[in-house]
Amino acid sequence: MAKIKGDIVINTERCKGCEVCIAACPFTVIQMSKEVNSKGYHFAMKVNDECTGCTNCALVCPDGVITVYRAKVTTE
Amino acid sequence: MEDKFAKTEIHKPENIVYKKSDLMVDRPLSYCPGCGHGTAHRMLMEVLEEMNIQDKTIGVSPVGCSVLAYDFLNIDMLGAAHGRAPALATAIKRLWPDHFVFTYQGDGDLAAIGTAETIHACNRGENITIIFINNGIYGMTGGQMAPTTLPGMRSSTSPYGRDVPTMGHPLKITELVAQLPGVYYVTRQSVHTPNNVRKTKKAMRKAFELQKENRGVCFIEIVSNCNSGWKMTPVQSNKWMEENMFPFYQLGDIKVDGKLIEKKETVE
Repeated sequence: MAKIKGDIVINTERCKGCEVCIAACPFTVIQMSKEVNSKGYHFAMKVNDECTGCTNCALVCPDGVITVYRAKVTTE
Repeated sequence: MEDKFAKTEIHKPENIVYKKSDLMVDRPLSYCPGCGHGTAHRMLMEVLEEMNIQDKTIGVSPVGCSVLAYDFLNIDMLGAAHGRAPALATAIKRLWPDHFVFTYQGDGDLAAIGTAETIHACNRGENITIIFINNGIYGMTGGQMAPTTLPGMRSSTSPYGRDVPTMGHPLKITELVAQLPGVYYVTRQSVHTPNNVRKTKKAMRKAFELQKENRGVCFIEIVSNCNSGWKMTPVQSNKWMEENMFPFYQLGDIKVDGKLIEKKETVE
């Protein structure tokens, strides 16, 4: 069965940890990490596999650190 | 850190549905975390990229937080003196009528020191696009009270809240310029939720399309947050903005195709 799968890639070095993407995600895919990047910000990271590639997080990200992929994948 | 949920098989260039516009310079933005400026910049660049007019566009940056916009936007930019961006944009547009000209201004720039330039450029009906970021505060200089500060809103120069009898009423400059005959399209949007971001992009696209037809001034106000100036976290400030800014600065189109849109009574 073909299914739409999405994925996000976060440029963690550019993330400023504003958490706006967390509020925008309809599937709570994003959480803040416990680690910090070289600027000292807690960065956003993907925590589960629910992403559908809706681009909501990438649209609201003020720094544009999120790249969104979406593809049809065949699952058994 | 390795992402254990990464699905490398779909990380192919043809599967990209969203990435930062190539017209944004690959450099960290100087804005605070969660600031609406970054999103507004990116939407503007996406519109120019979609219309393929980046080589024919000249922007005018203001004085304020976005004074360094020319460092982030990979198009031709000029810096204007404080508040004088519409005057400079007038000159550019008259010298290069086939170019697209926009100004990008904050509320301290456009609605305080630049009121005269804004109103007269709008009244002359120059074919420029004005993008006005309204966060109700002077963000860059440390959160002082601006003309657009809400009644009762705390700022560093109104620590007990804006007192209307002594400090005056907030200025709704967008409604003010909408009355002028030279203005063709006036809208108020925001960039705090995905839906509003999409609407803002649509409004910007419309403004540049109208500039192509030489219709007159297109004025886009973007109600934005200033979490550093408001002393809140970005998520809190977005919520505060929804609860307090939007009843006063109602979102939506104010003037479309040169005709004012009838609106409900504003909540004071």
